[in-house]
Amino acid sequence: MKKDIILAGVGGQGILSIAAIIGTAAIESGLHLKQAEVHGMSQRGGDVQSHLRISDKPIHSDLIPNGGADLIISVEPMESLRYLPYLSENGWLITNTKAFVNIPNYPNYDDLMNTIRAFPNHISLDADEIAKNIGSPRSMNMVVLGAASTFLDLPYEKLEEGIKIIFGRKGEKIVEANLSAMQAGREIAKQNK
Amino acid sequence: MKKLLLLGDEAIGQGALDAGLSGAYGYPGTPSTEIIEYIQRNPEAKERGVHRTWSANEKTAMESALGMSYAGKRTIITMKHVGLNVAADSYMNSALTGANGGVIVAVADDPSMHSSQNEQDSRFYAKFALMPAFEPSDQQEAYDMPRLAYEISEKYHLPVMLRLTTRLAHSRAGVVRSNVLEENKMHLPENKDQFMLLPSFARKKYKHLLEIQKDLEMESENSQFNKYIQGSDKSMGIIACGLAYNYLMENYNDCNYPILKIGQYPLPRKQIERILSECDEILILEEGMPLVEEMLKGYLGNPKIHGRLDGTLDRDGELNPKKVRKALGLPKLSSKDIPELVAGRPPALCVGCPHTDSYKSLTEALEEYGKGHVFSDIGCYTLGYLPPHNAIDTCVDMGASISMAIGAADAGYFPAVATIGDSTFGHSGITGLLDAVVHRSNVVIVILDNDITAMTGMQDSQVNGRIEQICEGIGVEKEHIRVINPLSKYHEENVKVFKEEIAYNGVSVVIPRRPCIHVYSKKKRQ
Repeated sequence: MKKDIILAGVGGQGILSIAAIIGTAAIESGLHLKQAEVHGMSQRGGDVQSHLRISDKPIHSDLIPNGGADLIISVEPMESLRYLPYLSENGWLITNTKAFVNIPNYPNYDDLMNTIRAFPNHISLDADEIAKNIGSPRSMNMVVLGAASTFLDLPYEKLEEGIKIIFGRKGEKIVEANLSAMQAGREIAKQNK
Repeated sequence: MKKLLLLGDEAIGQGALDAGLSGAYGYPGTPSTEIIEYIQRNPEAKERGVHRTWSANEKTAMESALGMSYAGKRTIITMKHVGLNVAADSYMNSALTGANGGVIVAVADDPSMHSSQNEQDSRFYAKFALMPAFEPSDQQEAYDMPRLAYEISEKYHLPVMLRLTTRLAHSRAGVVRSNVLEENKMHLPENKDQFMLLPSFARKKYKHLLEIQKDLEMESENSQFNKYIQGSDKSMGIIACGLAYNYLMENYNDCNYPILKIGQYPLPRKQIERILSECDEILILEEGMPLVEEMLKGYLGNPKIHGRLDGTLDRDGELNPKKVRKALGLPKLSSKDIPELVAGRPPALCVGCPHTDSYKSLTEALEEYGKGHVFSDIGCYTLGYLPPHNAIDTCVDMGASISMAIGAADAGYFPAVATIGDSTFGHSGITGLLDAVVHRSNVVIVILDNDITAMTGMQDSQVNGRIEQICEGIGVEKEHIRVINPLSKYHEENVKVFKEEIAYNGVSVVIPRRPCIHVYSKKKRQ
């Protein structure tokens, strides 16, 4: 088993929490894991990405080779396309459709969505809207994780366990909100797959 | 055994703690910051009473650590590569004083300059100081190396460098812990002159340092971290240092060359001789600058050595699997292009950041003088160079804003304004301000006080609550130390304050004071 995943977004959108939960779930499942993340200057509203590698064999590089990623999981539509050179031939693109516009030259939204929809292997969902509808607007990232959950080859309970471990010290309410956000994303992705 | 999921930085912190660490010192700097942060929040470190505070800068950190070593305890100093320039005076001399309790100088380099002003390679400093250095290839080695580093440090009475780079510093993997060693008992150096570098002592110590180089080389030859891996195809041999080994192995299914994996310096002479005599061509993979390559290539250029110097690999920037694959001569993997419509998204000041309001007022106050008057410094506020702010003109090194403003004013340039963050002011700005006061330079020093070291992730600022006192103590006139509140509703009066201080012929300090919005929202949540 091997899953190479690029997580993408804008600084502050919560991709490191997604990474931490998948990472915890992988370790709890007895798998090897390497996860490279971005700290420092680029976190301030800039594009951020994380290379997450899971395997039942030891992993060498902390970075995913070009053309090697099985999945791109993105919490922002334009950011999902920035890392296309990493995606493998049959890889899947899973992205939030809600644009995060903090630059003057953000592309035309319809063009952007058409580029994403041109991919045969893609799942797109308005994770912000879904998170808002279930009453936990700050759990958008967990909705996206839920949408990606069926592609991870990890038992769903392990991901739930990951949320409990990562958000545990923030209290029961936060854990519940994140669990239901992940579940909501999972359901919608299942319908659309 | 259960694995801990740790960043490379955190693995070093845990490794040092488990190897009997008594005190950690450092100044925050990407990508080194998480070493001390990990030690700071570690419950076992708390229970043991391990000392673990930030220092004013890397030099004071290095010196405090030497004091702890003098008292016989194991210590670690952490910094980013450019921080070692600040600590260089004490660092270079520490190779002569040596260590009593074990000393690890942990330096995180930033090739490709993700968050830095240059991509200098700290291994040159280790070679320069004639100090052994360790370079982990993965998180487990980052955990294991401090233990051996302390042993070597105490065996040879010499500080030891632990060098890592961004990718490992900020990448997580499972790490297996070893047993926890007891901390050293307090004991002074056997030789009471050990830390005395009067020239007559220093000369002897330097000779001694030169003499033990062959022993350090032997340690490298016998080190578990330097491995010779046999290969049947001797048309090429590969020397892979630290993290570069992983990028090699990522491509290894297609290759069967002998490999020398390097994790401990000085270079292991025996193994180097072996791979050079055994193989027709040598490819050198090292993260950072071509240190090993230059050594082996020599001035006249041994033509069988390949790497960054002959264009087999890029001369600059960090390595990755793709670059190494190309250097190995393997076919390119097919990959898609980035669609043209994807726009760049550079980092930016956060919405609501106090620096934005400070810059707006300052820029307006300077409008009549045209562009090019603001010398700035290292921190979030460096982003004020970018649109829409376009508020600053320089960024060189920690503290340079004040000193450069002084020099420009000396040249007759008016107005000369410096913008510097509170933590950077504590790090290296105070001495510059002293120069300004002594020479009565015509400068305006703007200390952007957001209560915290923000860029590196909210570490305490040493000068918190003391800035006016420091300025007054140095001799800035009280009426020219002006505190303002950088909020848009005070914009007009803030412009006025800046204009008044620009008009004053002498040293003025303006302190826009408002907490970083992340500190503010965190406090609000609590």
